[in-house]
Amino acid sequence: MYRGKNIQELREELDKKETIPEELFDKANRLAHYFQDDYNSFVTIIDKFKYKDRDSKLNGIPYALKDNFSTSGILTTASSNILKDYVPVYDATVFKKLKSAGAVLVGKTVLDELAMGGTGTTGHTGIVRNPWDKERMIGGSSAGSASAVALGIVPFSIGSDTGDSVRKPASHGGLVGFKPTYGRISRYGLFAFASSLDHVAMFTRNVMDCAIVTDVLKGKDINDMTTLNDDGKCYVDLVDKDIKGKKLFYIKEICGKDTYKDVDDKELRETITKFHEMLDKLREEGFIIEEVSMDKALLEAIYPTYMCISCAEATSNNSNLTGIQFGPRGEGNSVEEIMFDARTKGFSELIKRRFILGSYILQRENQEKLFLNAGRVRRMIVDKMNEFFKEYDGMIAPCSGGPASKFDSTSEKLSDRYLILENHLAIGNFGGFPSITLPFAMINDLPVGVNITGRVREDDLVLNMANYVEKVTGLKDIYSKVGDIDV
Amino acid sequence: MYKVVIGLEVHCELETKSKNFSSAPNEFTEAHNINVATVDLGLPGILPIANKEAVRKALYTSMALHCDLPDEIIFDRKNYYYADLPKGYQITQNTKPVGLNGYLDVIVNGKVKRVTLHDIHLEEDTASLEHYPKYSLIDYNRSGVPLLEIVTNPCIESADEAVAYLEDLRDVFLYLGVSEAKSNYGQMRCDVNISLMKDTDTELGTKVEMKNINAFNNVRAAIEYEIKRQSELLDKGEKVIQETRRIAEDGKTYSMREKVDAVDYKYFVEPNIPSTPVTNELISELKSELPMLKGDRYLRYIEEFKISEYDAGVLSKTRSIADYFEEVLSYGADLNLSVNFVTTSILSTLNKLEISIDELFITPKMLSDVIKLVSENKLSMDAAKKLLYEAIDKKTDPIELVKKEGMGQINDEDTLLKLIQSIMDENLEVVRQYVEDGNMSAVNFFVGQTMKKSNRQANPNISRELISKELERRKENAK
Repeated sequence: MYRGKNIQELREELDKKETIPEELFDKANRLAHYFQDDYNSFVTIIDKFKYKDRDSKLNGIPYALKDNFSTSGILTTASSNILKDYVPVYDATVFKKLKSAGAVLVGKTVLDELAMGGTGTTGHTGIVRNPWDKERMIGGSSAGSASAVALGIVPFSIGSDTGDSVRKPASHGGLVGFKPTYGRISRYGLFAFASSLDHVAMFTRNVMDCAIVTDVLKGKDINDMTTLNDDGKCYVDLVDKDIKGKKLFYIKEICGKDTYKDVDDKELRETITKFHEMLDKLREEGFIIEEVSMDKALLEAIYPTYMCISCAEATSNNSNLTGIQFGPRGEGNSVEEIMFDARTKGFSELIKRRFILGSYILQRENQEKLFLNAGRVRRMIVDKMNEFFKEYDGMIAPCSGGPASKFDSTSEKLSDRYLILENHLAIGNFGGFPSITLPFAMINDLPVGVNITGRVREDDLVLNMANYVEKVTGLKDIYSKVGDIDV
Repeated sequence: MYKVVIGLEVHCELETKSKNFSSAPNEFTEAHNINVATVDLGLPGILPIANKEAVRKALYTSMALHCDLPDEIIFDRKNYYYADLPKGYQITQNTKPVGLNGYLDVIVNGKVKRVTLHDIHLEEDTASLEHYPKYSLIDYNRSGVPLLEIVTNPCIESADEAVAYLEDLRDVFLYLGVSEAKSNYGQMRCDVNISLMKDTDTELGTKVEMKNINAFNNVRAAIEYEIKRQSELLDKGEKVIQETRRIAEDGKTYSMREKVDAVDYKYFVEPNIPSTPVTNELISELKSELPMLKGDRYLRYIEEFKISEYDAGVLSKTRSIADYFEEVLSYGADLNLSVNFVTTSILSTLNKLEISIDELFITPKMLSDVIKLVSENKLSMDAAKKLLYEAIDKKTDPIELVKKEGMGQINDEDTLLKLIQSIMDENLEVVRQYVEDGNMSAVNFFVGQTMKKSNRQANPNISRELISKELERRKENAK
């Protein structure tokens, strides 16, 4: 049986010669095809086994890669029509590192178009469904990478996280989703959405697996000036360290016991109740956990700040998509007309809306008020967090107000009531903080995730603390067992 | 008459090993699309890597042009769509340029004109386009080449000033070794902004812009044509339209497009390049490498050395020549002889052999040794020049040649006479014996001394003749 096994289990089987990489790949490939029609995890499923024997913990392990990482010779669409036939000529650093670690690519996964979106419904090849309930979203933008792991097709996958694009779908998929410190993993070859917020991130089904993958991916890259010098640590060795006396805080305005007492939402109240039950258990394990308060106005500003910065940067970052260098060539009598036509046809309405917003935000007359002020608010939020981090080792909070939404109920969660609770994960992107999501409760048989965000550069400590949370919740290596397939 | 107000924006391609933000080579090549990295194509997922050498050269130039330096190096994106701009934005500097408020003193018709600089910023070049009737081709070789843009204030008042500034600015680039600044390769290009105003006006007139002029004489032609065109318009009471014009081969300018509103480039700080502090260590390191510039040397040569303006101009024009000249002096060689030798035999030799002074066999030390022999009247000018050519020919130190082969015969009567007179002045007793006692052996004595003092170089027959004449002259004078 392959399906649902984690990296460590597969490693052991490989090392004991109970299986071989090609067999694992074939099984992953069969699963990928089997679930494709129902869940639409993949833009491209790789059918030809390609692998080089390496001395690494990931040697021979199948994985999936979000379709916004440049893979030489392999179609990379960013789930957008404007790149529907784009075959890159170079490898992203992440892909290169995984290849040289002997990991085996199973497929390129569906995302919200150009990674802009949180629903998994806007890719050019269709919507991605939640393996725990087909009528629900898995969330996005790294939707396919999340569903592929949640279906047990692969033990890990790579995504990108600009606001919460890995950590939110991880919550909806019962997965561990980890976004290390900004600069810990090279972004070279990741199609830029918002460069100052973009992070390479990953999905696994347990915290130790996250440490294994991060150990392979981290490090200085000459192709990315924002990468950090390697910290020389082996995260796998540090995951099990004792956490007694580690201090966590939660923000009352996000998840206080009584913050939502007047709200008529059963799932939300259950989420908050279970969250506090878990905190009590964590205290028993030796964590010190305290409530802090933060200016609500600042918290409510997270989402608009995120939109301002990300749309502005996205407008600029995607200006290369003109059909001139690559992509479908537009029609027209001048260069301007040709570009205009390619972009008109190539982007969905949602994307155009964000580009127009971004352009508006950057306009000379608006820049001070919108773009630069957003930068200042971002700084204020990060400063406030760093103030908390002087006393505490990390922040803990539920990732959302309940399990994944149904496809028809998106608008409800955009209401003011959920403004803070549904968007606070972007704090991790504002400050480049290491931030991890892992399942902590099942509500109506659907997983809900908790998030821990720590100090910049302390990725090892965040993984270490998350590992203890995992021990307390017992929700480890879970995946959806849907489907009648036995591999 | 109108007052002419000109501002110049000069783009200069910096000489670096690789491009400004990629590892592709930065070199001129005839083959298309050869020097291209993923970054230069603007492919999805690429990230810029700032070129340290380009940043250093940009700071260095800023410093030489007396600019205020920024506390950190950061870049900005300038967003616009065009076929030659693969990323859809140009990485440039807007928030904190490498230089602000500098100046360059330029000699215009013998007077010093201070051209003040608004700013200097480091950016990347675009790809180049070739247009054909039914299609256009893009060459990405130039895409991402480091470009330094030097923007003057509107302080230039004539075509003469503009061209003198451009020539001197090019010499600054060459002096600093930051660019080859060849305008025929487009390594130095100029945008001209020009407006006319009445002397009594307090506000600048309507500005006309002319973009990407390579040759300096075209800059002159464009300015002169525009002064004429705009004057005629204003004379007739008509308005000058704010527009972009181009200069054509007939020396006239033609309208390209009217400028309705300035384009909004939506600048913002490039997030992929972390800021790098400009440290005091870096500043003092660059400062220590900074040479004295052409204008300063020119003035020093005239004021301190009292050299003619013409010679000062020739000597200061090229840094390597000026350095060579100053090194010759540093060994104690005579000033006038040094000027003479460098501006004549050395420069003509360089021309004849088509080499640079760095390739010349004669080092400043060798030249100063030869000049000393001339000063001491041991060598005539002609003989010295011949000796230098021979040294180049045989690739042998001229002093070695003198030791080995003697200095060749001195036939020059002036040189010999000077030598003879100095010997007689040192031996007045022997002269007296000849003058008063008629001691004819004095002649042989002086011939012997002349041969000895000239390292046996003096022509003995001419010397004997000159000695006899000189002794007779002194005898006559004694009466």
